[in-house]
Amino acid sequence: MTGNLLEIRDLHKRYGEVEVLKGVDCTMAQGDVISIIGSSGSGKTTMLRCINMLEEFQGGSIRIDGEEIGYDTAGGTRRRKKEKEIARQRAMTGMAFQQFNLFPHMSAAENVMLGLVKVKKMARDEARIVAEKWLDRVGLAERRDRFPGQLSGGQQQRVAIARAIAMNPKLMLFDEVTSALDPELVNEVLQVIKDLARDGMSMLLVTHEMRFAYEVSSRVIFMNQGRIGEEGNPREMFLKPQTERLAEFLKTSTFN
Amino acid sequence: MGYTLNFSAVWRSFDQLLWGLALSLGLAFVAIAIGCVLGLITAFGLLSKQGALRHPARIYVTIIRNTPILVLVLFTFFALPQLGIRLGKIESFVATLALYSGAYLAEVFRGGLLAVPNGLKEAGLAIGLTQAQIRNSIVMPLMLRNVLPSLSSTLISLFKDTSLAAAIAVPELTFEARKINVESFRVIETWIVASCLYVATCSVLAALLRQLEQRMSIPR
Repeated sequence: MTGNLLEIRDLHKRYGEVEVLKGVDCTMAQGDVISIIGSSGSGKTTMLRCINMLEEFQGGSIRIDGEEIGYDTAGGTRRRKKEKEIARQRAMTGMAFQQFNLFPHMSAAENVMLGLVKVKKMARDEARIVAEKWLDRVGLAERRDRFPGQLSGGQQQRVAIARAIAMNPKLMLFDEVTSALDPELVNEVLQVIKDLARDGMSMLLVTHEMRFAYEVSSRVIFMNQGRIGEEGNPREMFLKPQTERLAEFLKTSTFN
Repeated sequence: MGYTLNFSAVWRSFDQLLWGLALSLGLAFVAIAIGCVLGLITAFGLLSKQGALRHPARIYVTIIRNTPILVLVLFTFFALPQLGIRLGKIESFVATLALYSGAYLAEVFRGGLLAVPNGLKEAGLAIGLTQAQIRNSIVMPLMLRNVLPSLSSTLISLFKDTSLAAAIAVPELTFEARKINVESFRVIETWIVASCLYVATCSVLAALLRQLEQRMSIPR
């Protein structure tokens, strides 16, 4: 027990012949806000998806609060945990996706309630109260009975964040949550994430919003070709990149 | 050559037609209900990653869909007893139509399942739902909405297929109409009335399904 919230050791991930993660190490303490930046194909999203087992991985280990995620490696053999166990572990993290992925046949409130009722086994009335509280927190109290198709992209993403946060995860994973949004809708989503960061939520964000990463992160990780190319506090990273790859990457990125 | 339409013989036996129609509806209802379950299981089989599930499902669908239903009806009724499986004519026909609708509905359901975006299943996984919970709360409700428009024409077509039960003397609507035709010699009148009954029933069925579709539609 090291006291780290998240501990990734020598993470390896292959798609067939192609190795997309070539030994990633990363630790994170309670309350850390870490942004993962890097060009597309560098493995940032894959790394995030390994943490909640949306992707299988072939080598290394991931621990959350000391608990090994996805696989049992005791006794030298490596076995995937049972589906039920993995489902329980997934609930320790919350995830927001690039494409929102709201359940289209459910209202905003029902989207948030589903996990509370099915996973947390809350009574519906109780779940509704929790859902409404979180929808209020993301500024959508009045839209709670709207369906995803009746909401703007920014509103949908805020519901998706509320859906994840309502499960009371130890760690939030954000996978390019503003990439699919029209520019004028980006800020409302970033504001919600900033509020969560201020409340002490531990977060891991894959993002292309450099200014946001700069402002909100306690640490930035630059992924390059399946490895961590460089990491540090945002000020050092953005102002004095140590590697040529990062300097090059930052030059092609926009800060706005 | 003047032919005067005279429906009086048909009206006299109209009860018989209505009983026939009731039986047609009953046959269709039971067979399609079984067919839906069969089709759903088969659809999941068709999409399974495991060959042991996928191959039998594919073989079933291929054989049934590529055999004329009349052949299946005759085979079940006449050939199976030779193999020691003896069914009454109604049971025999229901079994055939169930098997037949299962194969057709499997393809309809498969299409509906494929149209559910993968991201929604991942979103379900991410909040800690199990596969079974995702299937019941997310995949099935969306699949159903996806298939309703095409389901309506498949169901109507399956209902009309009950007329083939006449081939093994199940006293459904077509069989009764033929009886009246033979007894009364009012060929045109008999088949006009029988056709009207089919059209009316199918129209009601279509309207009901359209209503269901509207009721289940997602607000946007």
